[in-house]
Amino acid sequence: MKRRNFLKACLIGGTTVALGKTNKGWASGSFEGYPEAMGVLVDTTRCVGCRSCEAACNKEQSLPEPDTSFDDKSVFEEPRRPTAKAYTVVNEYEKKSPGGPVYRKMQCNHCNEPACLTSCFVNAYTKTKEGAVIYNSKVCVGCRNCMIACPFNVPGYDYDSVTNPVIKKCILCYDTRLKVGKPPACVEICPQEALTFGHRADLIKLAHERIRANPDRYYDHVYGEKEVGGTSWLYLSRTEFDKIGFDTTLNNEPIISNVKDFLGMVPMVLSIWPALFSGIHLLSKHDTQQEHGHDTESTQEDR
Amino acid sequence: MPSTKLLILGALAIGAISVTSPATATAVPDSITLNQNGKLYQPFSFDHAQHILLIKECSDCHHHTTGTLVLDPNCARCHQNSSPTAVVSCKGCHSSTPFSPETLAEKRAHKERFHQDKMGLKGAMHENCIGCHKKMGTGPAGCQDCHPRNAKGDAFYSADRKGAKPAHAKEH
Ligand code: SF4
Ligand code: SF4
Ligand code: SF4
Repeated sequence: MKRRNFLKACLIGGTTVALGKTNKGWASGSFEGYPEAMGVLVDTTRCVGCRSCEAACNKEQSLPEPDTSFDDKSVFEEPRRPTAKAYTVVNEYEKKSPGGPVYRKMQCNHCNEPACLTSCFVNAYTKTKEGAVIYNSKVCVGCRNCMIACPFNVPGYDYDSVTNPVIKKCILCYDTRLKVGKPPACVEICPQEALTFGHRADLIKLAHERIRANPDRYYDHVYGEKEVGGTSWLYLSRTEFDKIGFDTTLNNEPIISNVKDFLGMVPMVLSIWPALFSGIHLLSKHDTQQEHGHDTESTQEDR
Repeated sequence: MPSTKLLILGALAIGAISVTSPATATAVPDSITLNQNGKLYQPFSFDHAQHILLIKECSDCHHHTTGTLVLDPNCARCHQNSSPTAVVSCKGCHSSTPFSPETLAEKRAHKERFHQDKMGLKGAMHENCIGCHKKMGTGPAGCQDCHPRNAKGDAFYSADRKGAKPAHAKEH
């Protein structure tokens, strides 16, 4: 306990000194998320595995052409993970279940207290008031801390741009849709309305109401309501969540604790880390405007 | 005062759903063109008459709005004795823009409403049709079994990429 507090103090102190300002809510521990945060409720009992959401995301986010068409069901042979080229993937579980297979869409869950954000020393991540966790490639130094920190193993690394490190993940369609109140592209395309868009607080009530009204249809849990401090994407399932690929070992504490433990393994690096990355960052960016050596503003606008 | 029949016809004629009936027109359409404004899939004709013969209970699809009394016990709690409503078309209740800022604001302004979680038009129709077809073990359940894709749809699903690379090509 004492070590943790010490590490936390070190982290906050180090980051504040190095970056001038921090808007991270580490110390809160019980941050409930922004009151007006939006979210998506994924009802896996409605999903038919059509992969239309994958296609919609590909077009909306101008991602590269897929390896195979979006109506190719052979992709279900092996479970997939989101990558820099596909921010969302649908996997098939319970293949031999008498109730038929279960499909589950996965993407960034847009955590209330994102581990990617707290682990990032150059403030490349921002949790917007609309609930989206967005990312600024202009300040990213490519350290991939966020990839290790994310409890859902989400951020993808774009290996194609060697000189300009780019982490890529679902941004809840922030730039093109969420910002102006529109539902994400994947939600809009879904033929089954397996994806319900709305205020996170409303979606939680709605999810519990679905369980109450159809106790035979649902396992009594809303994944993402509490896990790792709560996420903007929430899930309903017919079976226990670990049967359809969810990590049910995560506790309700924000994942920053884990990040601290990870960093605790390298306490010496801790003290020099911010300076180190600021330095690497400057070298790699050759940005003449940043004469004072620090990026104190995450300018998401100029993405 | 307009008759119920006219009201029903009026409701059905609004917007994207068009109705064709024989000369001896009743209020019940024999076929309905669905997906008229489809962007990725073609419009198609829904054989309403055939479904009436097969299903008989109007409420199986139309809930409490028309015909036989509602059967679902959950609905019957309120609609046990509901009289037929003026609007019976799907789109009369199920919004085609369920997640627009306007719809969400409207929902939030009426939190007391029971039907907070009403599906949008697209979701409701797919759930109703495919759900029943699967349960009955008959009837189309695949996307293109009802509405063939158009050229835009082929591009959207990157149809030309099918099998371009093995589906599980490693990233790195
Ligand atoms: S799911 Fe991972 S990448 Fe997404 S906000 Fe949470 S920690 Fe960040
Ligand atoms: S919210 Fe947008 S970016 Fe995220 S998976 Fe859906 S379409 Fe892709
Ligand atoms: S579009 Fe909807 S039904 Fe189709 S795979 Fe995605 S979540 Fe499932």
